[in-house]
Amino acid sequence: MADLSTNFVGITSPNPFWLASAPPTDKQYNVERAFEVGWGGVVWKTLGEAGPPVVNVNGPRYGAVWGADRRLLGLNNIELITDRDLEINLQEIKATKKNWPDRAVVVSLMVPCEEDPWKKILGRVAETGADGVELNFGCPHGMSERGMGSAVGQVPEYIQMVAEWCKQHTDMPVIVKLTPNITDIRRPAEAAKRGGADAVSLINTINSITSVDLDSFAPEPTIDGKGSHGGYCGPAVKPIALSMVSEIARNPETAGMPISGIGGVTTWRDAAEFIALGCGTVQVCTAAMTYGFKVVQEMIAGLENYMDEKGYATIEDFRGRAVPNVTDWQYLNLNYVTKAKIDQDKCIKCGRCHIACEDTSHQAITNMVDGVRHFEVIEEECVGCNLCVNVCPVENCISMEQIAGVDPRTKKPIDPDYANWTTHPNNPAVWAKEAAE
Amino acid sequence: MNADRYVRDVQAGRLEAEAYVDLFSDLHPPLDAHEAHVEADRCYFCYDAPCMTACPTSIDIPLFIREISTGNPLAAAKTIFNQNIFGGMCARVCPTETLCEEVCVRETAEGKPVKIGLLQRYATDAAMAADKQYYTRAASTGKKVAVIGAGPAGLACAHRLAMHGHDVDVYEAHAKAGGLNEYGIASYKTPGGFAQREVDYITAIGGITVHYEKALGADLSLDALAADHDAVFLGMGLAGVNALSVPEADAAGSIDAVEWIEGLRQADDVASVPVGRRVVVIGGGMTAVDAAVQAKALGADEVTICYRGPKERMKASKYEQEIAQVRGVAIRYHMTPIRVVAADGEVAGVEFDRDGETVMVRCDQVMKAIGQSFAADSLNGSGETIALDGGRIKVDADGKTTMAKVWAGGDCVNAGDDLTVTAVSQGRDAAESIHRALSA
Repeated sequence: MADLSTNFVGITSPNPFWLASAPPTDKQYNVERAFEVGWGGVVWKTLGEAGPPVVNVNGPRYGAVWGADRRLLGLNNIELITDRDLEINLQEIKATKKNWPDRAVVVSLMVPCEEDPWKKILGRVAETGADGVELNFGCPHGMSERGMGSAVGQVPEYIQMVAEWCKQHTDMPVIVKLTPNITDIRRPAEAAKRGGADAVSLINTINSITSVDLDSFAPEPTIDGKGSHGGYCGPAVKPIALSMVSEIARNPETAGMPISGIGGVTTWRDAAEFIALGCGTVQVCTAAMTYGFKVVQEMIAGLENYMDEKGYATIEDFRGRAVPNVTDWQYLNLNYVTKAKIDQDKCIKCGRCHIACEDTSHQAITNMVDGVRHFEVIEEECVGCNLCVNVCPVENCISMEQIAGVDPRTKKPIDPDYANWTTHPNNPAVWAKEAAE
Repeated sequence: MNADRYVRDVQAGRLEAEAYVDLFSDLHPPLDAHEAHVEADRCYFCYDAPCMTACPTSIDIPLFIREISTGNPLAAAKTIFNQNIFGGMCARVCPTETLCEEVCVRETAEGKPVKIGLLQRYATDAAMAADKQYYTRAASTGKKVAVIGAGPAGLACAHRLAMHGHDVDVYEAHAKAGGLNEYGIASYKTPGGFAQREVDYITAIGGITVHYEKALGADLSLDALAADHDAVFLGMGLAGVNALSVPEADAAGSIDAVEWIEGLRQADDVASVPVGRRVVVIGGGMTAVDAAVQAKALGADEVTICYRGPKERMKASKYEQEIAQVRGVAIRYHMTPIRVVAADGEVAGVEFDRDGETVMVRCDQVMKAIGQSFAADSLNGSGETIALDGGRIKVDADGKTTMAKVWAGGDCVNAGDDLTVTAVSQGRDAAESIHRALSA
């Protein structure tokens, strides 16, 4: 049986599934319910400074995007950091860690961008016995207007500065949570590393308006006729998160830096993909908020089953194995030629591949052959784009197959050796180089 | 046999009052909004969709389903009505399992087609509930067209003609419009007075005057109609019923199924319709199934459909046969009637030949459902002789008969499959042909 236990920057947990800092981790009651059904750890919902707690809106806090059958695909929220008293939170963190010593309890923090408030809060958290802290430089709504959250995460110098303070004032591991609301995710990650942070976690939520009410002309969620952008999360954001994680994992400046992956993790498979891109743990929120805490049992069983099938004894056995395969476009093999192939036994003749190709691509799929409704790839036209595979409703009905010999489309022989854009004769940089020589 | 000791039992009111409500309610309850959205999401929006090709009225099914899925049932209804103004009734009575749903790619993929009929009902019900009228009359052309029969063919023709600005006189032999929708189709397929609501909805376009209880042959002559109008459309359906040619076929209690269903449909209270304790239905079409299922629903103990051929040849689809069986009707195949067994002139049973063996089925009531026929007398004799083909009116691809200015469609022509949806398509297309002729 595979061993799912993790040691992430010295923080141990029986499995890599942590609940992200969010409403599900705001109270001892919720967190203990999560631990009871098997969650490996939590990042406690973000604490602010001592004093009067923040206030939340009293109208809707969430908006959503649904798929068929109202399956929740994306969730957006405008909730702020914890609105409970700091002392109560600290007491509950301490009690929870005492009750569940084998689980990871990390505390998320967000205080003004000055050294003293950080120093103070770190001291208070250390007294609880928590395993580490996560610096919330990610929340894109509300707190960012007050110079915190993503307002810090968007300025690498601030990230470095705060990370340095934190490392100076605590012995606990420091994780920096990054905002995706930035053009190049590598810069804040580099700053965190320069500041001495032990790890980064990403992504926080993405600026979003889920919809506009066409009667009231107000964005959703609507509070008394007005709306504000919220943070988008859930299955819809996973591709963005995977890309950002991969950028950090393969950037020479940050390669090897521990990453806790966040963004749309809903099943064991999602988690395994984040781990394959280098993440040591994953953090989950929307899946739990949609289905309740029990979903972790599917995640644990699924990951164990996958690892057993593949013969991976521990998470470390496959962690990061996809990182070397993420590359720049210019290094992709231009001599890898594929053609779509339709399995006629599986084809249900819906015609979607035909119309997608005919209307929007390369006119490379028939719809009628000898007067009979029939869908077949015309290899002379097929560029191997994969659109037909993506629109086909039947799994494995259309596949992309590599060909060798002469490409029927270009009528030219296919070079069996790898070659990419950097040496391609159409590349202006190649001409310039040749001219120089 | 001991027919003399047999007590015939035919009576009304066999069940408790509430039982009728249940048994005569909707065969397929309508989808609610969420169910419709979930079902609509199953549609793949096929290119050159097989469902659309299979539909006799060529409704753009993928488009109307997509309109439902995006929360726009009123647009979906317009997509349907553009091709089929009887979209509401067809949603209820079309044998979708042998038309659109049979060829749905979901049927190919998983044996579960998209519920096209129920989705069509969802959209058309929404439009009718909102009393949304999509069509207005074009400027009056001053042309007059006579339509014989206010059934699906006649009213589909009338509606399309009215759209084009022609004035339409519809002559209907019955006291109500709707044709078989009103008088023939099983109650549980179209409860709640739907047929009349639909007639009102269709004729609301204006320019259509329905003259009731005016039958061709008896009250009207084709010559006179042709002289008074710029064109005539014949859509009078099938007035005749095929006779059962066996001894004692007309014994008391041996009745015509079409007539019995008509009485049931028109009854203020279905409980008032008498039914036998044991009923034999002779035939294998939709009328046989509708009569049998409703006889059972009225409280008959045993209802047996006896069909002369094998299961596969039965005109009622496999799906309809299953409905009958699920509702407690027995179906026996290879049963060729020899004679109705009568005692003192009253039905006591039916004797059949089953592959050489003589079989007696005891019963109190026999319902004859061996097909309907075109009653040509009403037509010929009242005007120039119109050519028939296979006992029904001969028409060309445009629905034109051999008589000048006269078109025909629906069950009375020898083309198609006696379905409501086919009648609608023929009425509509004949209207377009008439319009072209009148515009020339």
